[in-house]
Amino acid sequence: MDKQTGLKLYHEMVLIRRTEEKAAELYQQGKIGGFLHLYIGQEAVSTGLISARLPQDRVITAYRDHGVAINCGLPAKEILAEMLGKVTGVSRGKGGSMHLADVSKNFWGGHAIVGAHLPLAAGLALGDLYQKQDGVTICMFGDGATNIGYFHEALNLSKVWNLPVLWVCENNQYGMGTAVDRASAVSQIRQKAEGYGMTNSRVDGMNLVAVREAAQKILSEIRNGSGPQLLEITTYRYRGHSMGDPERYRKPEEIHLWQEQDPIGIFRRHLLDNGLAVEAELNAEDDAVEEEIREAVIFAESSPEPQAEELFRDIYVEA
Amino acid sequence: MPEMTLIEAIRQAQDEELARDPNVFITGEDVGVRGGVFRATMGLYDKYGPNRLIDSPLAEDSIVGVGIGAALYGMRPILEIQFADFIHPALNQIISEAAKMCYRSNGEWTVPLVIRAPYGGGIGGGLYHSQSVEALFAHVPGLKVVIPSTPYDAKGLLKAAVRDPNPIIFLEPKKGYRLIKGEVPEGEYVVPIGPARISRPGRDLSLFAYGMMHHYALQAAQKLESEGIDVEVVDLRTLYPVDKETILNSVRKTSRALIVHEDNLTGGYGAEIAAIIADEAFTDLDAPVRRLAGPDVPAVPFSHPMQDWFMVNPEKIAAAARKLAQW
Repeated sequence: MDKQTGLKLYHEMVLIRRTEEKAAELYQQGKIGGFLHLYIGQEAVSTGLISARLPQDRVITAYRDHGVAINCGLPAKEILAEMLGKVTGVSRGKGGSMHLADVSKNFWGGHAIVGAHLPLAAGLALGDLYQKQDGVTICMFGDGATNIGYFHEALNLSKVWNLPVLWVCENNQYGMGTAVDRASAVSQIRQKAEGYGMTNSRVDGMNLVAVREAAQKILSEIRNGSGPQLLEITTYRYRGHSMGDPERYRKPEEIHLWQEQDPIGIFRRHLLDNGLAVEAELNAEDDAVEEEIREAVIFAESSPEPQAEELFRDIYVEA
Repeated sequence: MPEMTLIEAIRQAQDEELARDPNVFITGEDVGVRGGVFRATMGLYDKYGPNRLIDSPLAEDSIVGVGIGAALYGMRPILEIQFADFIHPALNQIISEAAKMCYRSNGEWTVPLVIRAPYGGGIGGGLYHSQSVEALFAHVPGLKVVIPSTPYDAKGLLKAAVRDPNPIIFLEPKKGYRLIKGEVPEGEYVVPIGPARISRPGRDLSLFAYGMMHHYALQAAQKLESEGIDVEVVDLRTLYPVDKETILNSVRKTSRALIVHEDNLTGGYGAEIAAIIADEAFTDLDAPVRRLAGPDVPAVPFSHPMQDWFMVNPEKIAAAARKLAQW
């Protein structure tokens, strides 16, 4: 990893965290309504993973999508505007927090129905196979999604059809409030790929470098015809499942234990220890993020709400 | 003009669309090597190969999900759900994904997708091979619901569906697959999605139907002609979005309306047509709007007499029309 990449990825991780901290604040002020699922603690997963993709690789994920959107290049101001339901948001206010998307960035969306986007990912990958393109579809989902039928059907079908898709399970230890071992018959999600004869691996999701290197290797293998693979990335969300989660299912000590190996802290140390950055440079990135967020909030709050006629727009494509 | 069966028209439409556009492909259970359980894709595997006639695992929600993904990619998938009864595992994909993609993305994502499914009873299929599912989908903005009843329309509408940039539920009355024959011109044509068709003009009463029931409605109308009752028959063809204008114009002319479907009565598609007429042509009516539909039981039973009691047929339609004409 070169210095420029290191600083860029550090910037992205800090931007995700600060954007979400601000979102939580706006939610508590009643400015963001509905549901808000924060990614804080999991930043190294999508930052490392998506840093390994090529422009032709599609990314599709579940509803905890703010971080993924930032890594795919969606501007924080348009993400915050979307959370506030403003017409300047990435989905013009129609989608909200869970449904960010921008095809021009090859980001095929956050999806709110657990597991339902896995067959969609298989379909996107079928497109690349059919058209003989060398893109890989990167499909991210949580540990909870691996207990629903879609997961098993999609893994089976992708293997049978040899689709260029990377299945990425972000195992953050809880499906909402249920610990993995209380809902899944196997504690390592990667084991589930065995039943489909699918190559699988597991990596520490608090360590950006480890995630990035694993993803680079696997994406290259898939691009060279290995067929689909499953990558389990272990991680931890510091906040509740969504805002207002009383979190009766875990103890504060457990959260503190994970926070001691904070992904941003680990990567910061990595950059310093390997001479890829000095303190002053990292502090400058922190300051740049603060300024970006400040401007994004002004943009989002001052943006207009959608007009009523938007309600009837885009129900059908005009033939 | 060559005469052919409904299923042959459907097969031919798919053949021509596969030949026309390399982005068209077909997937579903047994659509490839087997040629489809009703032979709707017979011969196409040999002609177009395994990359375009893709045998899928037995997993309806994934068939539809993969189709949506490929459509988002820019492909033109035709999906076959082997029986409409088997479509229910895929409801989430159809209702929550396909129908909402355009809306959630402000028109950026398009899902040019056709989901074909044979539906309806009267073939001894019993509870899980006889269902009518149109009312479920005709409730969902973002989808279009098409049901052909003649070989001409089946071919033309299916070709239009393949070319339409929106997700289409294309329901085929399977009892009519080999029973209904009709003339189909050689060469290229499409039948636009949307307009209903007056298949038999008349003065005394409007009879609205689709699919197999339209076929039966024409038989009933013919029978009533000898009794001096002049029935206008309207084949709705596209259930959603519905062609209100043709419906209302017909009722304004005849002042009497009977809606027929084999799906059960309550919450059925006929209720929507009745409401449209009540709402917008109330003062033109000389009689209450009537519906003739399957009974409100959970499924079409297996035994022949029970199936016959369930099914609407030309005699039942004629009786209901006669009664309404005399009201």
